[in-house]
Amino acid sequence: MTVPPRPLLLGTLLIATALLAAASLLIGGGYAWSDVLTLEGDGALILAASRVPRTLALLLSGAGLAVSGILMQMIARNRFVEPSTAGTVESASLGILLTLLLMPGAPVVVRMLVAALVALAGSALFLMLIARLPLGSVLMVPLVGIMLGGIFDAATSFLAYRFDLLQSLGAFGSGDFSIVLRGRYEFLWIIAGLVAVAYATATRFTILGMGEAVAVGVGLDYRRLVVFGLIIVSVVTAAVVVTVGAVPFVGLIVPNVVSLFLGDDLRRSLPVVATGGAVLVLASDVVGRIVIAPYEIPVGTIMGVVGSLGFLTLIFWRRGHAA
Amino acid sequence: MPPDRPRSARLVLVAVTSLAILSAVAFMTLDAKGPWSFILTHRGIRLAALITVAYAIAVSTVLFQTLTGNRILTPAVMGFDALFLLLQTSLVAALGGAGAGAIDPRLLFSVECLAMVGLSGLLFRLLFRGEGRNLPLVVLSGLLFGALFRSLSSFLQRVMDPNDFLVLQGRAFASFNVVDPSLIGVAALLAIAATIIVLPRLAELDVLVLGRDRATGLGVDTARLSAIVFAVVAVLVSASTALVGPTTFFGLLVANLAYLLIPSAQHAKVLPVAIGLAIVTLVGGQMLLERVLGFGTALSIVIDFVGGVTFLLILFRSGRR
Repeated sequence: MTVPPRPLLLGTLLIATALLAAASLLIGGGYAWSDVLTLEGDGALILAASRVPRTLALLLSGAGLAVSGILMQMIARNRFVEPSTAGTVESASLGILLTLLLMPGAPVVVRMLVAALVALAGSALFLMLIARLPLGSVLMVPLVGIMLGGIFDAATSFLAYRFDLLQSLGAFGSGDFSIVLRGRYEFLWIIAGLVAVAYATATRFTILGMGEAVAVGVGLDYRRLVVFGLIIVSVVTAAVVVTVGAVPFVGLIVPNVVSLFLGDDLRRSLPVVATGGAVLVLASDVVGRIVIAPYEIPVGTIMGVVGSLGFLTLIFWRRGHAA
Repeated sequence: MPPDRPRSARLVLVAVTSLAILSAVAFMTLDAKGPWSFILTHRGIRLAALITVAYAIAVSTVLFQTLTGNRILTPAVMGFDALFLLLQTSLVAALGGAGAGAIDPRLLFSVECLAMVGLSGLLFRLLFRGEGRNLPLVVLSGLLFGALFRSLSSFLQRVMDPNDFLVLQGRAFASFNVVDPSLIGVAALLAIAATIIVLPRLAELDVLVLGRDRATGLGVDTARLSAIVFAVVAVLVSASTALVGPTTFFGLLVANLAYLLIPSAQHAKVLPVAIGLAIVTLVGGQMLLERVLGFGTALSIVIDFVGGVTFLLILFRSGRR
């Protein structure tokens, strides 16, 4: 197999992003082209208040989730780990529910911070659990993560049930970008900063992926780097879950596909991973808006289908090649 | 090992049975406000449904675990429940709400059962293809297939006509609280039929616990036995899912509790205890949560929580050995 060079890959993905972003801006009613061109009237309002924020939110969430996925894979040293298979997403939801219960009037910032803290604790618990796993199959790791997530989910549902918050729980259950409006998504810009930080420290995470011994051997503070990575992952996950809800499997599919072409050097692959995540989430959203227009299918549902299929392909394919 | 194990097994069975009867009586009589004739019929229908479900899940889980030779896989963990839901959803989507509504629900259910036997057989073949020894692979892909089926169902539900969705909602969103009364009779019949088929084969199943090769060596036609038992499991899963919807961890919980209480591999001993425990958990748990603690619909959530923790515990213990 001839591997396409990185510039070609990145270029293709960037063009795809641009095309999909344009599609995302234009799909849907209430638009007259003259409005857009003159920047006046209802069309301009729709564009500025809804379409542009939605498209930006899609780009940021996609890139952030894909980068979170590859960071988690380096930290856990397992290809099948990402926020939704490590208890991170579910513990973030638990955090949001806790703020709704304890501080009902708290601003979104507080909600996100608490969600990030609980997500951090949940992911740390996951890492502690897998460190105790008896040596065995690599597939045990995501299995433990999914189960841990299920337990967090049950705890969240029980609290929500007990305090009559099940309906609000449903709102952040499955990722849906139709709720994104100007003034309600700006938080996601934090992801842009975090992705930049991840890129600046990419080489360290590459070394982290080689294991504790190697990392310590070249003089890295292993524990600090793990905590640092977990913080990035938790904040990105919390920001996405607070704003649009859970979008599963993005961080799993994209890094695995990219690593087939570019290997595991994060310095090289991270920009491609980020763009790939944006393309995947944008495409899911655009498809969800077309299929039953004028209604929508949420991104979470589409990614549930695409992602679980992709994950299945991945584990069966890896078994055939690695074993 | 205590020498008086046979007697203790009987003791456990007696204890579990009396607890089951006790919870059923409590379920029927506790906190009754209103005329008895109404309460007894209303609760009687629910009790019948819950007992049928408990029976179906306990038996199908224990049989499935014997078949696959482990104690962590259950039909629900393998995504069979989700498959049945997807089947229901696609049938309504294909026939249309009016079409599906015009057909006798029992006939529709029978069709779904048949399709379920075929499709779950395919899924099973796919998952256990080749070696089937790689347990984490099988469990993980089972969970993922479950996720896939659930996402596909919700995808179809979004796409389908709202009128069709209403028909589906009446049929497919059953829970421990909202049982579908039209199917209790059929489900109970299926459970009885399953018992009649399985009872004469209990001894062969005991041999199967030793492993497939040894069982074949001892003269059991394992391929035939597996096929029969598998069909029974698929039908029982259909029955329980049609009545109360998917229950991811209930079977796992009940079966493992039964293994813990009965340190014997004999199905004649394990199965009754598992059934009794399932009834105690389901009927007693529902009664406790609903009437004593006032958390009506929380039973499935509690089971998910406890079941998830149990699953992790088994996972860590089995790896250590």
